[in-house]
Amino acid sequence: MKWLGAALLGGSLLLPPLFAGDFYVNLASQILIAAIFSLSLNLLVGFGGMTSLGHASYLGVSAYISALLTTRYGFGHGAAAFISITGTVAVASFFGMIALRASGLGFLMITLALSQVLWGLAYRMSNVTNGDNGITGLTRPSPFGLSLDSPAAFYWFVLIVATVAFLMMTIFVSSAFGSSLKGVRDQPRRMAALGFNPSLIRWITFVYAGFWAAISGLLYVYYHKYIHPTSLSITSSAEALLGVIAGGAGTLGGPAVGAALVLLLKNYVSAYIERWNMLLGLVFLFIVLVMPAGIVPGFSKLMTTLRGEPR
Amino acid sequence: MQFWIIQGLNSLSLGALLFLLSSGFSLIFGLMRLANLTHGAFFMLGTYFAATALRSFDWLNIWVMALVAGVAVAALGGIFERLVLTRLKANPLGQVLVTLGMSFIISDACLILWGGDSIPVPTPRGLQAPTRLFGFVFPTYRLVLVALAIAAAIILYFLLERTRLGAMIRAGVDDRQMARAIGIPVSNLFTTVFCLGAGIAGAAGVLGGPILSAYPGLDADMLPLALIVVILGGIGSLLGAFVGSFVIGIIYTFGTALFPELAYIILFLPMIFVLAFRPQGLFGRVSA
Repeated sequence: MKWLGAALLGGSLLLPPLFAGDFYVNLASQILIAAIFSLSLNLLVGFGGMTSLGHASYLGVSAYISALLTTRYGFGHGAAAFISITGTVAVASFFGMIALRASGLGFLMITLALSQVLWGLAYRMSNVTNGDNGITGLTRPSPFGLSLDSPAAFYWFVLIVATVAFLMMTIFVSSAFGSSLKGVRDQPRRMAALGFNPSLIRWITFVYAGFWAAISGLLYVYYHKYIHPTSLSITSSAEALLGVIAGGAGTLGGPAVGAALVLLLKNYVSAYIERWNMLLGLVFLFIVLVMPAGIVPGFSKLMTTLRGEPR
Repeated sequence: MQFWIIQGLNSLSLGALLFLLSSGFSLIFGLMRLANLTHGAFFMLGTYFAATALRSFDWLNIWVMALVAGVAVAALGGIFERLVLTRLKANPLGQVLVTLGMSFIISDACLILWGGDSIPVPTPRGLQAPTRLFGFVFPTYRLVLVALAIAAAIILYFLLERTRLGAMIRAGVDDRQMARAIGIPVSNLFTTVFCLGAGIAGAAGVLGGPILSAYPGLDADMLPLALIVVILGGIGSLLGAFVGSFVIGIIYTFGTALFPELAYIILFLPMIFVLAFRPQGLFGRVSA
């Protein structure tokens, strides 16, 4: 039953380019990119118990490095992608070392402060980042000579990357290492007594999450062909976190669903009014007060109750 | 020489504002174990209130305005605490997310009400003329601001160390369950402290107006500075907030003046340094 559902969901991901118009294909690409980003944050929040409010840093840094290298320094996309990912992983490993000196709310505050520093940097260092104007005139790569400029081609590309990302992150949390990560989340002292190294486990997870955020950042900048400091802002981190919480932190697919909902909401609301931040705030209040476990667990709990199975 | 003196005073006045902002944040965190991410928005509300009121009413002065805005923001904070935060007592993460959501709502509401342009707040008339001391010229308002922050620090110190309310707060910070067991109304105390912290932030926003002026994003500029101050000084420590504020005020001001591009990077060097050697912050205690 569960596998059937997963297969149906997976199969439906093949549909957009076959049946839908360009607008919906592009929307589907954006959803997949946001899903990778939220899933990477979920490694920290859901499986590691480390609530980061600065995850946009890694998306933004990777996007900015790629944008700068390809426009200003004439790098090819392959080399630029490699340097972006390596650079972002380096930033993540450094920020991880700093932020993991604290835990809980201290960790949250440090990640927030660090990401705000990067955001401020992107705004103020306007001779490098072009400040509030952002960097325009970017191109999409052509892997193996295949152009990704059409919405459908780009969608297939994103779908492949997203599938790999989903599988790799699933393997990560289902592995022995993933179990030790969950152990460190729930019982750090016992895990330490058992000979595990909680801070090392957390740090590795932090860097791994940064890696997938970097991948989503690359896709993000390829999709938009534009980058602006807002992608580093707290709003961007908060959207991803909302996706994780709304979808159900610590579930495998939930954050992807949550990210999709956040993105759809953002798109539809932005078509009518400009008040996305206010709505984002209200949704935060609603989710936390009404559905604290997330929509996916909340929904499956509802289904169980409706079927009358004992809980 | 004049450069160093002026920038020195600028750093002190930024430090003064940061102290007003972070002392409330730190107090709330210490007692309630709540990282109040609405704090920057409370500050910004104060600035916008001041911008509107001081420009429309000629007779109003900034000190009265600071008081009025402080009370108004404190009331808003109290309502928020009572209606939302108390429902999430057992859920610290939920509390943080709700304060984050609230900060988005407030900053967007400010954008609707006041628009996207920055609105200057007039410097009080009596303090516009510069003060001459030892042959140097100082902006008078900034001198007054520093004096005010020091006065606020002393008042807060006495409030915490010498009054019954302060004793209850300290008891709540040290051991919440024990405090409750001996009959301290911890829940009311939470509301009081949250109002107090919000009120100070609102008043600080008013006082910071003539220096910073009101603009969208002011909250996002101030909150990280307050976070860095608190991480540096030690969460929940008044002395830590005081020392941290002036350290960050100095580093940020001189950083911006001397290396404008790198000011943000210089800003987080002290934080890294402190976290590496003293993760609980300069004056923080290791929590039990």
